[in-house]
Amino acid sequence: MFYLIGLLSVIFFALAIYVISKSIKLNKKLVAEENTGFALDSNNDANAYGMIIFWALGTIAGVWSFYVAKPDFLPIAASEHGLRTDNMFWVSMAVVTLAFFFSNSLLLLFAFKYRFNKNRKATFYPVNHKLELIWTVIPAIIMAILVFTGWRTWRDITSQAPSDAVVIELTGHQFGWYVRYSGVDDNQLGNYNYKLIDETNNIGIDFTDKHSFDDFTATELHLPKGKPVLLKIHAQDVLHSVYLPFHRVKMDAVPGMPTKFWFTPNISTDEMRAKLGKKDFNFKLNCTEVCGRGHFGMAITVFVDEPEDYAKWCAEQKPFLATNPTYLAKVPENLKAKASKYIPVEPVAVDSAAAPAAEAVSVN
Amino acid sequence: MSTATSHAEEVHTHGHDHDHEHEHHELNFWTKYIFSTDHKTIAKQYLISGILWAFIGGSFSIIFRLQLGFPDMHLDWLRPILGEWIDEGGKLDKEFYLALVTMHGTIMVFFVLTAGLSGTFSNFLIPLQIGARDMASGFINMLSYWFFFLSSMIMFSSLFLETGPASGGWVIYPPLSALPQAMPGSGLGMTLWLTAMAFFIVSSLMGGINYICTVINLRTRGMTFTKMPLTIWSFFFTAVLGLLSFPVLLSAALLLIFDRSFGTSFYLSEIYIQGQALPNMGGSPILYQHLFWFLGHPEVYIVLLPALGMTSEIIATNSRKPIFGYRAMIGSMMGITVLAFIVWAHHMFVTGMNPFLGSVFMFLTLIIAVPSAVKAFNYITTLWKGNLIFTPAMLFSIGLVSLFISGGVTGIILGNSALDINLHDTYFVVAHFHLVMGAASFFGLMAGVYHWFPKMFGRMMNKTLGYIHFWFTFVGVYMVFFPMHYIGIAGFPRRYYSFTAVGNDGAAAFTDMNMFISIAAIITFSSQALFAWNFFYSIFKGKKAPQNPWNSNTLEWTAPIEPGHGNWEGEIPAVYRWPYDYSKPGAEQDFIPQNVPFSATKSSNLPEEEAEIAKEKDIDGLLGAQNESYNR
Repeated sequence: MFYLIGLLSVIFFALAIYVISKSIKLNKKLVAEENTGFALDSNNDANAYGMIIFWALGTIAGVWSFYVAKPDFLPIAASEHGLRTDNMFWVSMAVVTLAFFFSNSLLLLFAFKYRFNKNRKATFYPVNHKLELIWTVIPAIIMAILVFTGWRTWRDITSQAPSDAVVIELTGHQFGWYVRYSGVDDNQLGNYNYKLIDETNNIGIDFTDKHSFDDFTATELHLPKGKPVLLKIHAQDVLHSVYLPFHRVKMDAVPGMPTKFWFTPNISTDEMRAKLGKKDFNFKLNCTEVCGRGHFGMAITVFVDEPEDYAKWCAEQKPFLATNPTYLAKVPENLKAKASKYIPVEPVAVDSAAAPAAEAVSVN
Repeated sequence: MSTATSHAEEVHTHGHDHDHEHEHHELNFWTKYIFSTDHKTIAKQYLISGILWAFIGGSFSIIFRLQLGFPDMHLDWLRPILGEWIDEGGKLDKEFYLALVTMHGTIMVFFVLTAGLSGTFSNFLIPLQIGARDMASGFINMLSYWFFFLSSMIMFSSLFLETGPASGGWVIYPPLSALPQAMPGSGLGMTLWLTAMAFFIVSSLMGGINYICTVINLRTRGMTFTKMPLTIWSFFFTAVLGLLSFPVLLSAALLLIFDRSFGTSFYLSEIYIQGQALPNMGGSPILYQHLFWFLGHPEVYIVLLPALGMTSEIIATNSRKPIFGYRAMIGSMMGITVLAFIVWAHHMFVTGMNPFLGSVFMFLTLIIAVPSAVKAFNYITTLWKGNLIFTPAMLFSIGLVSLFISGGVTGIILGNSALDINLHDTYFVVAHFHLVMGAASFFGLMAGVYHWFPKMFGRMMNKTLGYIHFWFTFVGVYMVFFPMHYIGIAGFPRRYYSFTAVGNDGAAAFTDMNMFISIAAIITFSSQALFAWNFFYSIFKGKKAPQNPWNSNTLEWTAPIEPGHGNWEGEIPAVYRWPYDYSKPGAEQDFIPQNVPFSATKSSNLPEEEAEIAKEKDIDGLLGAQNESYNR
């Protein structure tokens, strides 16, 4: 492909130069006759032809390059709202491409057609209110339609998440993502506090909140197909941005200001692999807000599972508290019994409970 | 001139013979070329600084395009220039890549397209086209340039820091820009960036105040607002935009300086970085974004409006036809100016801003497309049935209109918040704004240089070189930015060092196209050498310019070929008509300059213009008051 485009570009340049240079000969006569000072010279027609050649070759190159690039576009949207926005994108794209082609064609063709001719005089045509009105109103109407459909879609996408949405927390940091699931028991994420972050509890899960007890973490994002998913997003250090390109999801991760995005994935990883004919295809989560040195590599893999597979996978995951039982010490006395359920084998000594609590206070 | 008369009470006696007054100044080299208060010299200072910056900013883009187009290339040969920024494996340092991206944006937006474009031509053309001897305050005008120069020096010196210049993107969003531990570029490099920008803002404010005062107060007799060339209108609106929005950037920068150096928490909250929880609570990074884009969006029009204004003038002149819809052009520029202040949050649809606010800004954003469309159609209709002379300036102006359309239409997509979700921060955005504001404004700058070079230096630039320069640049810009839309549609995020982590076989997809874009960028950039050669050579060795090389109507061409300080040797000409009487039926020539009274063109006057003849006496009567205002 590269060679083809390269060839095209060479032709482009060659033609432009050729047209300019050959015309010096061609238009010598014009110069001899015309004496309008410095403004007009023998290259006028050549430049006019340049406009029409640019128009013709540009049109061909535009159409052709689209078809060359098309296979590498994002595949079909893997989320319900993504199908809507994709559809709207291509409709809008068709409208603006039409406007783009129409206006550029007029511009370049007029430039060619009305090139200087000493036998002609320019038409003194300073104003036409009717025309002005027409091309104010028509774009305004088109805009209004686009805005209205866009607004409806935007309103639906940003509406309140359904109450049964699966809640998953994404935490951006330099340079990776922590994923926390709300657990199999209560579908509610526990609180977090950036001051509780330590080497193990790198999200800063707050174990004074009983919803934290069943939360589990993972290094990859699993989503159930066909169920609404609510992503709760924040960042620890600098701005990041959650980008699920295949699901048409994007939302910034901001330190100190939790954000959210809900959507419904509708194609499982396996289905997408079959669709694309790529056995090793995986959905991705990328970062799209510049965050430093490792910005470009800040990605994790996303798996969209059938709901039953997702439930099974969740059941296999161990709550954070289960894998790190020492954090039971941070649980307040009145909730200890509830938290202890998640501890596989009762730890021998929990007598140091008072000390970490005091520590937590001192941190604040 | 109402202001001129209001000043009449304070008449000094020394200025009877102001015609010669200006020639008696003893100017040495320093006061003539360096610390000059002459608007024309200051304009040239801005222009040459802008051109130098453009080459620096452009070369940065070439270096990072090498990384993007040829990710496997060994860049050891760049080590003599970049030193340690090329790592041992011969690769560009990842942080330096971000620094290049950041400085490319900063330099191009502020130092080239704001200072180099608006600074040059507002300074040069406002006094010459409205018929004034200089800016309202020559001294503040000089200060404006020297603050810009100081700012340039600080920004330039930041390139040589061991920790690198600012690298958090030209928008320098905190907390990345606020925390030196987040990246090395957020250390001293960012401090210098903020210092440089503070001086830059001071410079633009002094310039802007001057432009506004000059346009309002120093128009020559008869130059009513509705007889002003569109260039002046555009500079006027630009100055208003800058005056109202740059202070907001200054406050954004100040708060960031406080956060960085004095422990405040305007933008910082709940941060855990490098194993340490910071004490800052309650700040909001989103606040910074609001403040930044409150300037950032008007800034787009600050760079674009002057280009559009100059293009209107150049297209009308070289079509030998009046600009179509003069009042609609003013109206749409006014509309753009007002709307420019209330669309900023369309840069922030997916920052977590309240979605309702997103809807409001989507509505406002798409409204701004209407005046833009009106302008495009007016340009096209101006060409219609014209008699087009393709000077290099005309070619660049037509190029501007084309790029303005091509980049503008995708704004309709990006301004739609629902579509912006997927496209935000991808190459689609990069393609969009490079076409509509970067390349279009750059074409305006080039058009302006080619058109007004004879007035600036009294010599002509080589036109054949100008044509070749245009075609290379025009074709090249399209080849660079048109394919970028595809990469954006494929979901490739911007500011990525490489695309190895992008899904859908990202590393492999578009390898060829990225290479193609890089090659096109190198060719386009290299062809600017033609311009540089042509420009600097013609300053000294160009053909001598005639009085009015483009047969144009505006006042600057009535001044001497190389105007001295004070611009006109005799009286400043009076203005009787609008600047677009080209190819008027019944006229002897195909242009009637603004200073030709209607009483002298009886054969071509339109019926309603006969009434204007009676007003000529009143206009001439203002001469005394106008002269007195200069003799105070």
